[in-house]
Amino acid sequence: MTAAWTLNGLKAQQGGNQVLDVASLAVSRGEVVGVVGPNGAGKTSLLRAGLGLLPRTDGDIWLGDRRLETLTVQARAARVGYLPQDRRLAWSLPAEQVASLGAVDLPEAEALAVARERLARVGAADLAGRGVLEMSGGERARVLLARLLSTRAPLLVADEPIAGLDPDAQLLTLDLLRKEAGSGAGVVVTLHDLSLAARCCDRLMVIEGGRIVSEGAPIQALSPEILAGVFKLDGALVETPAGLVLAARRL
Amino acid sequence: MSLQRLCLRMFCLLALAAVVAVLLGETSFVVGQYVEAVAHPGSPPGEVLWTIRAPRVAMAALVGAALGLAGATMQGLLRNPLADPGVLGVSAVSGLGAALAIAGGLAAVPGAIELSALAGALVAGGAVVAIVARLREPEALILLGVAVSAFGGALTALVFNLAPSPVAIAEVLAWLMGSVENRDWTDSFKVLVPMAIGAALCLKAGLGLRMLTLGEEAAAMSGLPMSRLRVYAVAGAALLTGAAVAGAGVIGFVGLAAPHMVRALVKDDPRQLLWPSALAGALLLVLADLAARLSPTEQELKLGVVTALFGAPVFALLAWRASRSWRA
Repeated sequence: MTAAWTLNGLKAQQGGNQVLDVASLAVSRGEVVGVVGPNGAGKTSLLRAGLGLLPRTDGDIWLGDRRLETLTVQARAARVGYLPQDRRLAWSLPAEQVASLGAVDLPEAEALAVARERLARVGAADLAGRGVLEMSGGERARVLLARLLSTRAPLLVADEPIAGLDPDAQLLTLDLLRKEAGSGAGVVVTLHDLSLAARCCDRLMVIEGGRIVSEGAPIQALSPEILAGVFKLDGALVETPAGLVLAARRL
Repeated sequence: MSLQRLCLRMFCLLALAAVVAVLLGETSFVVGQYVEAVAHPGSPPGEVLWTIRAPRVAMAALVGAALGLAGATMQGLLRNPLADPGVLGVSAVSGLGAALAIAGGLAAVPGAIELSALAGALVAGGAVVAIVARLREPEALILLGVAVSAFGGALTALVFNLAPSPVAIAEVLAWLMGSVENRDWTDSFKVLVPMAIGAALCLKAGLGLRMLTLGEEAAAMSGLPMSRLRVYAVAGAALLTGAAVAGAGVIGFVGLAAPHMVRALVKDDPRQLLWPSALAGALLLVLADLAARLSPTEQELKLGVVTALFGAPVFALLAWRASRSWRA
């Protein structure tokens, strides 16, 4: 499989403190990689530093076959779409216009057509003309997901895309991201729900103190030892008809 | 309503207001005198209409348009509906430039006050442009603007403090209150060039302003050259503001209120807001100047006073009506 995103020896500081020290990370096209870890572990820092949004003190970043530094902003946008954790929007633009901001490489009419199709895909076609600040948080999250999908990028990076959503919207969001992976995109998501992460991701990376402490297939990455050591949970992932589910209690 | 149709309607409204503003004034004419003014521009009524009122109305429209456009640009850039052209401190430093020229005895030198005001705007704008490339967060920019503004205000107070005579103080104060009194066509042409450059820069930044709706990081990853567009927006707004201060002194509320008058008509889109805000600003200031001229006071009201007196309550009303959509 082709690597969509590769990080080597990535280190970053914030406020004089080392917040990230990642030896290596590679995301292939066609896979969904989940980044999990407790609050403050460095999940968002990993994404931000890996996309060049947080200044790094060391390390290489590759998007596909090109180093990040060699890419123009347009070329970078053609290789990666990013959904930040912060869903605050400044103005109440119509949803279709917000979604079309993912496709600024296209003429405005075409960008709007792409946006409408993506809104339909996320089940928000009926919201196309509504102002985003008049929507509920869940509806707005769908619009922003449509914006991410409108980028049509081979790597989609989403920071907490299901935070604050109802169960149906959570599953819909992860299903849609899986479909994008099925169409050949590499997908990276940070998640807090370990059961959903185990069920919906091909691989998981467990991060603690800015370092990746475990990675691999969900059942391996979230071993009972990691659950105990990193998440302070006594338990394990168990197979159920609905997929993997975390059965655990606090230590 | 499409943007073109909205702009056309607003332009017609502005043209109508401008005609009324040229026709009405302290000196009343009868129909025959209006006909004479049109037929013979050199006649006494013609002199009043074409060399006194018309250039004044043109200056009011230009300054209003510049402030409206600069305000819309600042609101989009800072993602803040309360931002105005003065938020980055450009107005304050530009006013300081004019105050220095007046207190320095240069008021009689043609163009000295205007050039000094513009130079002040360019210094403040240049400093902010240099910093804007490093500071991405709107909150940091606003705080920087507050500091620049406070410093400009303090230095202006110092000019008052050290002014050589009460006359100089009165002249500086009169300038700072804003007016388009006694402006001729040449004055309008002087400010037209920096305004045109500033407007072009702001309009160029339009798509970036729309993208900033998503926040700084999503915009940074959008594929648009955001650093460059941010510089265009700040430099454009600084030029517009500086040229407006050079043309008419410090005039508040227009840059803040004009975008809100048209915001709902463009569905809150920061890019589409630019042209209508310029037209709304022009309309506001032409009407404000007409109100200043027709006010039944012994002394003509200063334009900045009128805009503040009418603008503040109107803005409060607009803000109250729009507040529901400002929630995050």
